[in-house]
Amino acid sequence: MWVAILVAVGIAILFGILLGLAAQFFRVEGNPLADRIDELLPQTQCGQCGYPGCKPYAEAMAKGEADINRCPPGGEATIRNLADLLEVDFKPLDDELEVQEVKTLAIIDEEVCIGCTKCIQACPVDAILGAAKQMHTVIEDECTGCELCVEPCPVDCIDMVPIEEGVEAYRFPMPESAHPVPTRGPAARSEGLANA
Amino acid sequence: MPEARATISPGLHGFHGGLDLEYHKAPACDRPIGEMPLVDEYVLPLHMHIGAPAIPVVSVGDHVRRGQLLARPDDFISAAIHAPTSGVIQAIEPRGLPHPGGLSAQSIVLAADGEDREAEPLDPWPDYQDKSPVELRARLREAGIVGLGGAVFPTAVKLATANPGGVETLVLNGAECEPFISCDDRLMQESPEPILRGAQMMLHAVGASRCLIGVEDNKPQAIEALQAVIDRLADEEDERRLEIKVVPSIYPAGGEKQLIRTLTGIEVPRNRHVTDYQLLCLNVGTVANSWHAVVEGRALTERVVTVAGGGVVEPRNLRVRVGTPMAEVIEAAGGYTEGVDRLLMGGPMMGFALHEDAVPVVKATNCLLAMRPVDRDPTPPPQPCIRCSRCSEACPADLLPQQLYWYARARQFERSHDYHLFDCIECGVCSAVCPSHIPLVQYFRHAKTEIWSAERERAKAEHARRRFEFHNERIERQKAEREAALAKKRAAIKAAQEKAAAKQDADEGGVPAKAKGNSGAASTASTDDGKSAASMSIEAARARAKERKARVQQGERATDEPDGAECPSDESTERPGGSS
Repeated sequence: MWVAILVAVGIAILFGILLGLAAQFFRVEGNPLADRIDELLPQTQCGQCGYPGCKPYAEAMAKGEADINRCPPGGEATIRNLADLLEVDFKPLDDELEVQEVKTLAIIDEEVCIGCTKCIQACPVDAILGAAKQMHTVIEDECTGCELCVEPCPVDCIDMVPIEEGVEAYRFPMPESAHPVPTRGPAARSEGLANA
Repeated sequence: MPEARATISPGLHGFHGGLDLEYHKAPACDRPIGEMPLVDEYVLPLHMHIGAPAIPVVSVGDHVRRGQLLARPDDFISAAIHAPTSGVIQAIEPRGLPHPGGLSAQSIVLAADGEDREAEPLDPWPDYQDKSPVELRARLREAGIVGLGGAVFPTAVKLATANPGGVETLVLNGAECEPFISCDDRLMQESPEPILRGAQMMLHAVGASRCLIGVEDNKPQAIEALQAVIDRLADEEDERRLEIKVVPSIYPAGGEKQLIRTLTGIEVPRNRHVTDYQLLCLNVGTVANSWHAVVEGRALTERVVTVAGGGVVEPRNLRVRVGTPMAEVIEAAGGYTEGVDRLLMGGPMMGFALHEDAVPVVKATNCLLAMRPVDRDPTPPPQPCIRCSRCSEACPADLLPQQLYWYARARQFERSHDYHLFDCIECGVCSAVCPSHIPLVQYFRHAKTEIWSAERERAKAEHARRRFEFHNERIERQKAEREAALAKKRAAIKAAQEKAAAKQDADEGGVPAKAKGNSGAASTASTDDGKSAASMSIEAARARAKERKARVQQGERATDEPDGAECPSDESTERPGGSS
């Protein structure tokens, strides 16, 4: 019996050491869950969720401090993805927040701009180009439509305009009706059967 | 079963599934190609090919002649656009496109002057044998040649992506398999020579050793016309590389992978390209236009369009300038019949309904199909899928449409991706055989565009994330730099103040030894209370400034006019008011 106890204790100690080493060598930097949540967020960095950017919101969700329905730019699709990942029930966007259906883009009225650089400082993705007392402009491809630049502008020269989707970005709608096709049925089938 | 049907011809290999359709090719295929009269206005969308939209090289008000370059290719995958007739550029603005969503896009609007003057053609190369494949590709790019079978992929790019010298067999696609369409059929009947000469040129351009011309068995006159020219070339020039292969009329025999399977027995697997098998497949119309471009220097400004269906008075083929409004083309075919309610671009299987007929004919327009309700089978409302598996039996791409449908409907697009959604050629066979009348292909198109859209969003989000991270990093770095600079400044002030204190001591005492002791005291004082040291240095600076100012004032008083003395005091009173 002593032998059995010793063996069991020995195994326990061995595994304890192994686990301890594994914890040392395979330590994960940061929070992997927060990173995975961050990947699902639209990265507009708009702060509408109440956190300063998508990453802080993802971290809050990973800690269980924030709800999944606080991202207006992501919309329903993002909430569904988050619900899937976090294994919680889907819920519609928080009532406090406005549903955002069209994607927008900031446009600076270059006639009105006085070159105060306030919008440049506000932009979370460095999408505004300009210098002090020089006209500013938005780099369209980089703009996430977060609207953070609108409020600081002292002369109110920034407009959010809907993004014009090109032909490339066309999305076929979910179908409603069938396509008419005159047919005699599958190649080898008898006509009577196919026409039935 | 469908497979049995697809292997009827000796020496040919079938493909999986397929459909035996009613082809409705007559009467358009029996009438000669008509010339479309000139119209007043042509609209040329800058994006009528696969790839990047072309960049206009003309401006509003320019006079252009037929064949003149209007827009140059922007990217490697892009195509040039040329003037279809002579006239004045009226506008470059968004105009309606032939598009399933009825979208608009930037287009060049050309007001014709009716004279149809030709521009200087490109340098004709009747001796194209002396030209290298690179030069020939450059010419095809210059002439705006794209695949006219429907995909409108730039031909020069297609040739370039084929391994250099790695093409053994050129396949010419004359198996126009969709109902109603007969533009390639008429072209083969009426001008077989440019097609076969073009095939010879393409053999040279890609270094291939033989050319198989696949033509469906429901086009006997086209086969005859091509065979006559092939026989003549064999006699006169000992040309033995060209060979016609008659393929059974099973829809979609004209699909690239289906035709290659039928002609060569090679089944090109998913994620592989036909060029990986030393093959290249080109449409007959594309080859004929390539020949015109190289040998005659003619740019692509017109194409043959089938106008068909019960909705037009006189179904026929017309040679139409690219950019002609579709309504005018219908007019040239006798106009609409009573009760027409639908106009499709393309055939009944793969075409799409147009929102309006004011949109222009583009390089992809092979057919305009006008239909009355009596011309099509009634469309009963879709019923639930009963999992009869007829769709998967008929699918020429060996897919499982019912699974794809299941996941597309449930919006589980990732799962439909796993079932190889992107191998779907959207031929419409599954929708046609479905006993529940489910519009399967529409679900697949929807799923494809949703997946693309999600991918674009993801890429954009990733980009924004990187920029946001970089932005934060930069803010941090700047903050750190500012703090470092501030610390350095503080240290400098401290040092300067110590020095000043030491100097003051030295001035007062005049004894170095004493100064030493005092400076030591000063330094201990400054370390004891940095604030007071800083304020002391500021005081010292102020005193110096005052002294300097006083000196300057004295100097001014001495040199300037009497009232000049008041200027500084005026300034000092004005300044605070000005700055606040």
